[in-house]
Amino acid sequence: MPRITVTVDGIVYEEEVEPRLLLVHLLRDRLGKTGTPVGCDTGNCGACTVMLDGRSAKSCSVLAVQADGSDVVTIEGLARNGRLHPMQEAFHAEHALQCGYCTPGMIMAAVDLLKDDPDPSDEAIRRGLEGNLCRCTGYCNIVRAVRRGAQEMSGEGVRTS
Amino acid sequence: MTEQIDAGMVARRIAESDRLGSPDPGREIGRARRRKEDARLITGRTLWTDDIQLPGMLYVAFLRSPMAHARITRVDTSAARNQPGVAAVYTGRDFAAEQGSLPCAWPVTEDIVIPDHPPMAVEEVRYVGEAVACVVATDRYKAADALEAIEVDYEPLEPVLDMTEALAEGSPKVHEAGNRSFTWKFSGGDVEAAFRDAPVVIERTYVQQRLIPTAMEPRAVVATTDGTAFTLYSSTQIPHVLRVMLALTTGIPEHLLRVVAPDVGGGFGSKLQVTAEEVLCLLLTRRLGKPVKWTESRSEGNLTVHHGRDQLQRITLAAERDGRIRGMRADLLADMGAYLMLVTPGIPILGAFMYNGIYKMDAYDFTCTGVFTTKMPTDAYRGAGRPEATFAIERAVDELAHELGMDPVEVRRRNWITHQEFPYTTIAGLTYDSGNYEAATDRALALFGYDKLRAEQADRRDRRDPVQLGIGVSTYTEMCGLAPSRVLGSLSYGAGGWEHATVRLLPTGKVEVVTGTSPHGQGHETAWSQIAADAMGVPFEDVAVLHGDTTVAPKGMDTYGSRSLVIGGVAVLQACEKVKDRARKLAAHMLEASPDDIEFSGGTFSVRGTSAGKTIQELALAAFAAHDLPEGFEPRLDADVTFDPQNFSFPHGTHLCAVEVDTETGMTKIRSYVAVDDVGNVVNPLIVEGQVHGGIAQGIGQALFEEAVYDSEGNLLTTTMTDYLIPSAADLPEFVTDRTETPATSNALGVKGVGEAGTIAATPAVVNAVVDALRPYGVRDVRMPCSPERIWRAISESGGAAAGWAGPTEAEGGER
Repeated sequence: MPRITVTVDGIVYEEEVEPRLLLVHLLRDRLGKTGTPVGCDTGNCGACTVMLDGRSAKSCSVLAVQADGSDVVTIEGLARNGRLHPMQEAFHAEHALQCGYCTPGMIMAAVDLLKDDPDPSDEAIRRGLEGNLCRCTGYCNIVRAVRRGAQEMSGEGVRTS
Repeated sequence: MTEQIDAGMVARRIAESDRLGSPDPGREIGRARRRKEDARLITGRTLWTDDIQLPGMLYVAFLRSPMAHARITRVDTSAARNQPGVAAVYTGRDFAAEQGSLPCAWPVTEDIVIPDHPPMAVEEVRYVGEAVACVVATDRYKAADALEAIEVDYEPLEPVLDMTEALAEGSPKVHEAGNRSFTWKFSGGDVEAAFRDAPVVIERTYVQQRLIPTAMEPRAVVATTDGTAFTLYSSTQIPHVLRVMLALTTGIPEHLLRVVAPDVGGGFGSKLQVTAEEVLCLLLTRRLGKPVKWTESRSEGNLTVHHGRDQLQRITLAAERDGRIRGMRADLLADMGAYLMLVTPGIPILGAFMYNGIYKMDAYDFTCTGVFTTKMPTDAYRGAGRPEATFAIERAVDELAHELGMDPVEVRRRNWITHQEFPYTTIAGLTYDSGNYEAATDRALALFGYDKLRAEQADRRDRRDPVQLGIGVSTYTEMCGLAPSRVLGSLSYGAGGWEHATVRLLPTGKVEVVTGTSPHGQGHETAWSQIAADAMGVPFEDVAVLHGDTTVAPKGMDTYGSRSLVIGGVAVLQACEKVKDRARKLAAHMLEASPDDIEFSGGTFSVRGTSAGKTIQELALAAFAAHDLPEGFEPRLDADVTFDPQNFSFPHGTHLCAVEVDTETGMTKIRSYVAVDDVGNVVNPLIVEGQVHGGIAQGIGQALFEEAVYDSEGNLLTTTMTDYLIPSAADLPEFVTDRTETPATSNALGVKGVGEAGTIAATPAVVNAVVDALRPYGVRDVRMPCSPERIWRAISESGGAAAGWAGPTEAEGGER
């Protein structure tokens, strides 16, 4: 079995994995990183979005072996030094979650979105999050949260992985 | 690297916004509290069912029928059994003696046909996706591998896919007893008289397409036993109902069965069910003595999570020339799918009381026939019968307006119950306690800019603009707060509709609220804290809400039907009052006064007219110490309440939708959407707004995007999120929402429920708008979902305009 080295939320893991093992199952079943959930099996919903070497990736669509040598940040690693990431705070402040199942992926996708466009319009936010589905909120408050997160982050610089 | 982040810290960092209005100072109810639930949800520290890992746990995977209807002639599991990591492989036959039949708790008529429903098929399969065999293995991948090694021979039988054909003579049968499950009738007033010589009769047939609820968390089940007692973790809305039903189905005694709903990622009715997988996981852990886990894939879920809607509605309205409705007939065929699940037959019946909507009429007649087909069973999906009814009446009223050449808002005004007429007993027999349709509608029209949009519409029509503007109106009400137990009994439902709460004042003055509701996104931990904080005079932060575990919260009726606040929230309030009654006696004793002279305010009991008082925290400690209590006073400050409502609650509202329809491509764009809802008093406006937003999104989903499609052989074609389209952020506009507040008179909080309102209102608002845009083309209906193809075909096939106007043509060249 291939041996991989992958850093997840600041910890270096060395794992022997089947070549077919999905990154999300490595995270959830092997490393206990259950903060990243699985919402579909076709790469549509985005619930499993993580940062892979600084960019968002749907961890159900990445093989664990492809992540060899990579740095992965999950929702569990987004807060630093006891401080929530501004995007996490923004989702709370704007009531941008209800059941919360899509939230980890949505937050990671939102953080990534701001890397390309630190001050996105509402339309750009909606387009940018098209690959992350939410069934509870109707997205209005998610858009507000991303806008708020962007404002917070512009004040202190983009701080992600 | 996990940091300690708590809700308090989050709350401190975020200033309260007044976007949703300022509450009364010092009151928690009405305040836009940020949710307590969020702290774990935004940091990935939730516990979803699939997150649970138990020592020695095995993984379950199900082999599912690829045939819509077939006899199972042979199952060979031997190759699968020998694969690495496989602990066991079972077929339906292996569990035939103990798996029982999945329950239906709502036999709507005396003569209803309720077929046997084995959790795993034994002799015959009746829909694609029905479980045929299962593998138990050491990990998910090995279980999936072994499924491929199971051999099944099927003898194909005829699928039954169309409800009308299913009822025809000579149709192949889904079950021996035939394809009709029941026919349920209801009638009020003299319908014959209402239709006799009616100046206007509107007759329409609407198709409520089959929907897939699509909660973001796929279902998952973990079952374990210590050899005597069993614990089942499930992604369910109904841990309490489930415990009772599983005990009855499996024979595991109720007192030895604990059911836990951990964090649950949405339900929308789809997790109001007793599933084959829940039963089988319990049986597997009993047989193997090991914990087992099953988690569905999305594709598996689209096939086997119960579907919603799927009704054929024949609607007839009789009216006067001035627009006044005389009477109405609703004749339904409701697709049950292959079996009756927990409340399958009751869903269309719930709608029976809503076809008259907010309107006065002299007569009403309702008939519903439940039909078996070889498809996934249907059951509750957000609104459950009421969206279908509301769609039908709101579409039909628009048709009436068009027929009469009247404004659709005006026709509604001429028929609706005016605010002076409440309480009002409708032709369907419900007594609406309160409402103000005029106020909500006027507010919505103003926010929407109705007249201006009508002017723009006229202009676009004049110009024969290829992009036409349509305006859709939906003035809905719904029956919420399911339900008074006596009413459920009269409808042959198998249980009551009460809700339970326990409130415990702890020795340090903190408060535990135990609720029988089972939230899965609704924010009960926050809203119940607000109710208890106000009632007990304690800080919001000092309240914890416990739920979703039959050991922790042993009594409840769970969460569905917009019932939680209206019944469960009221139970919390009443339990707080009972605790305070006890505390008042203790305070009187400690203050050497009569209980009648004790006032309660801001968490302190004081002697009227003096400064002497005891805080509720002091009383909590005194009761705990129990050193000096009144004669006969039990040393506890806690109370239980089981609240059974006397009536339903009736939220209402007016939703207005403007769409731009590109008549050349059929593409619809929602230009603006205004919702003014009246859900009575509001405990947390932030949560209410969120529920409305999400509800509207799902209603729009039905109107424009979503449909479960079976092919002519009974294969589901929409098994993935690529094929079954739920709206993305890019598909939806910003919603404009506002509220009017007409308190419910039927409960102490004055609340009405909000969980389903948006979904109920939105679908007809959007479809009315689409049809309104296409009126000049002679189009009078577009079947849902109103996809570009359907709209394009509707225009193409309309063959010209009712108004002698065929819209832009190549020759005329519409403006671009």
